[in-house]
Amino acid sequence: MARHSSAYQRAAASPPGGRRPAAPRGPVDGATPVGPAALDPTTLDPAIPAPPSYPGVAAPPPGQLDPWGVPDAGDSAGARDGGAAPGGVPDAAVPLDVPRPIDAGEADSGSAVVIQGTGVSKRFVSYSNRATSLKERFVRRGGPAGDDFWALRDVDVTIGRGQTVGLAGANGSGKSTLLKVLAGILRPTSGQVSVQGRIASLLELGAGFNGELSGRDNVYLNASLLGLSKREIDRLFDSIVDFSELRHKIDDDVKHYSSGQYVRLGFAVAVHVDPDVLLVDEVLAVGDEAFQRKCLAKIAEFRAQGRTILFVTHSLDLIETMCDRILVLESGSLIYDGNPAVGTKLLRQKLGSLPAEGPVSWEYATVRPQSVAFSLDPGGLPLVQYDPGERLTVSVELDVTEGAPEQIYLHTYIVGQSEVPIWMMETPPGGLAVGPGRHIVDFSVPHLPELLGAFAVKVHVSDAISGAPVTTRRFEELFGVSGPQADGLLKVDYEARLRG
Amino acid sequence: MSHLADAPLPAGTPVSPSPQQAGPGPGQHAMDPSRLARRSRAQTRVRWELLRNLIRKDLKVKYKGSTLGFAWSLANPMLLLVVYTFVFQIVLKSGIPRFGIYLMSGLLIWNAFSGSVSSACGAVVANANLVKKVRFPLAVLPLSAVGFAAVHFLLQLLVLFLVILLLGYNLIGTELLLIVPAGAVAITFTVALSLLVSALNVRYRDTSHLLDVALLAWFWLNPMVYAFGLIQNRLHEWTWVYLLNPMAVVVITFQRAIYDPGGGSTNSTPIQADLGYEFYLEHLAVAGAISIALLWVGFHVFRTMQADFAEDL
Ligand SMILES: Nc1ncnc2c1ncn2[C@@H]1O[C@H](COP(=O)(O)OP(=O)(O)O)[C@@H](O)[C@H]1O
Ligand SMILES: [Mg+2]
Repeated sequence: MARHSSAYQRAAASPPGGRRPAAPRGPVDGATPVGPAALDPTTLDPAIPAPPSYPGVAAPPPGQLDPWGVPDAGDSAGARDGGAAPGGVPDAAVPLDVPRPIDAGEADSGSAVVIQGTGVSKRFVSYSNRATSLKERFVRRGGPAGDDFWALRDVDVTIGRGQTVGLAGANGSGKSTLLKVLAGILRPTSGQVSVQGRIASLLELGAGFNGELSGRDNVYLNASLLGLSKREIDRLFDSIVDFSELRHKIDDDVKHYSSGQYVRLGFAVAVHVDPDVLLVDEVLAVGDEAFQRKCLAKIAEFRAQGRTILFVTHSLDLIETMCDRILVLESGSLIYDGNPAVGTKLLRQKLGSLPAEGPVSWEYATVRPQSVAFSLDPGGLPLVQYDPGERLTVSVELDVTEGAPEQIYLHTYIVGQSEVPIWMMETPPGGLAVGPGRHIVDFSVPHLPELLGAFAVKVHVSDAISGAPVTTRRFEELFGVSGPQADGLLKVDYEARLRG
Repeated sequence: MSHLADAPLPAGTPVSPSPQQAGPGPGQHAMDPSRLARRSRAQTRVRWELLRNLIRKDLKVKYKGSTLGFAWSLANPMLLLVVYTFVFQIVLKSGIPRFGIYLMSGLLIWNAFSGSVSSACGAVVANANLVKKVRFPLAVLPLSAVGFAAVHFLLQLLVLFLVILLLGYNLIGTELLLIVPAGAVAITFTVALSLLVSALNVRYRDTSHLLDVALLAWFWLNPMVYAFGLIQNRLHEWTWVYLLNPMAVVVITFQRAIYDPGGGSTNSTPIQADLGYEFYLEHLAVAGAISIALLWVGFHVFRTMQADFAEDL
């Protein structure tokens, strides 16, 4: 708790002042995409699933053309589909000692941008709208485009060389889709993507393993799918086997491996591809703890070598400790891009708020909690940071429509980290008689207790007569209280004494 | 297999460095051309290795722990040879001498073709998980199906040659060289159609059913169990329409190359289209042109559709 609340606190110190974080720009976002960043994926080799038409590829600025007179397209696919630089040297000649970019300072060096996605959207056409047989293809054309599903909406992402970026979001928010688009496995419906250097995408470990073959054969097959030449695999084979710790089973059929062993071998192969850019989906969640530690150590090693890593994980702690930056997706939109501590806090709020919805979503309820404001006195200037002992007024604005209960009852919860209710304030017995229109309900706390952290408000509306719930709304707005204690949420009086 | 390895890459697969796909890496704007060429060669080599590994995987998985299975797959056509010889030559009296050899000289290449195309058709779908999770040159999937069939074909052909030699028939001669251009046309056509159907089948899953039916009918459009002369007698100057089917041309050329009817042809219907070579070479040229055109179409369709494979699967 202490640790979470300190992360919470750090973020709360910058006034959250009632805004929804509109994807604040990340560290290198100021970088102008120059030269190599503006490469054209349409020129990729046809033998790989290169999206043939990313619309509107940006023209490279003059002076950044390579000698061939085209934007450099070599590495976004050229390298990854087998560009075996002999000896496994990354094609992109990554300087291994690049200081990891933390701020936008190095943004003007052209090769600093490794992953660039601009306005990336991905629409999945629902099966009912899609011809799935040749017969249909010719009989029925162009049905209504109704139920299409946007898995990514207008995502802009720029990742600089050497950054370690966590990608987080609820299930189904589009994380895997984004990785696949960046890896060139899926074609974006609109927008452009360019990636520099050899990519290894760990979307699933051991994808393509064949259970009927021995571990040895599978290592060769898998590595060759990932673009390694026979010579390279011969050279790396022992190292792969050692990493997987499966030497005793390497000549057994993979179907006799346990799922952990399977994954271990998959990871061992994938990390030996020697990527410049590593895209990792939630693969680290599998395997035992020792294996996870090993994976993380490998990722940390890659990080230290200045490689670029984008990884999906549900472990927000991991993002806080390992990443320079976090991207938060919600329903396909990038809602936050920046400091890991702030992003994870935002995400915890979002995830925590999910089960707290009332019987009717507040937008459609007859009484709609429209907004919440914090101030010292009712109607006073909005303020986000308070000291213990100060006065706090929480003002809830209600939009009451026709058909609302005559008497309503309000519960206002002040919630902390992980949606823990800190205290609750309710309207006087009997409720409030409100007619249609706008109303503001003020809850005043004369003296704030000795709290530390940032807190949000959850408003629960019910019918004062029947007690039936009307709606619940959890507001994103935060206010902070900066108590004096170093750790913990609350200051309490106590004494410590040795006995016996 | 060596067949396959020497065949040119499908059109559009860049072998030589082209400016678009072999640009220098970031921060290496002045990469010298020899390095480009080297890298491009390395890429091409890696692809062929991948293809070889996939073919080897298919062979290993199919014949794992059963050398007998492998021997059987070679002996199988020879058993057919015996059965068909009995049925057609002795029971039905088709009038084609050494019917078994006649049949096999056409049937082996047809089987290779139809086996390739129908397994290539399902190749992408069968590897759905791989396609959705790993980025690699997807064309290797249908191509490995072709390679797998090609390996079988070559071994079966070898067995057929042995049988012919053991029976004391004529085999070695200049006409045997015809299998080189015929094989080249066959592989081009097979690759073309394989790419086409494998791509179509991802989105339109009934492609494989339609293909099965089509192959069944197509079988009879090649003079394998009947004499080519039968067609000539019926179609006269329209025979060229029949020969627009590249597989028919390939089949008759293989027959010309391998099959020796022996001295006594009792029948007025010629079994072979022509006793010279030009006839075959001319028609092979046409069939080759058709195959290359289809290869272009197949490659184009594959390239266009492959971007959506991961989504459609
Ligand atoms: N091939 C597909 N066809 C249709 N919908 C898809 C496809 N792939 C993913 N989706 C949908 O896109 C959304 C985002 O999926 P995904 O990126 O896998 O989410 P996450 O990885 O964040 O859990 C999900 O709602 C999923 O159902
Ligand atoms: Mg996912």
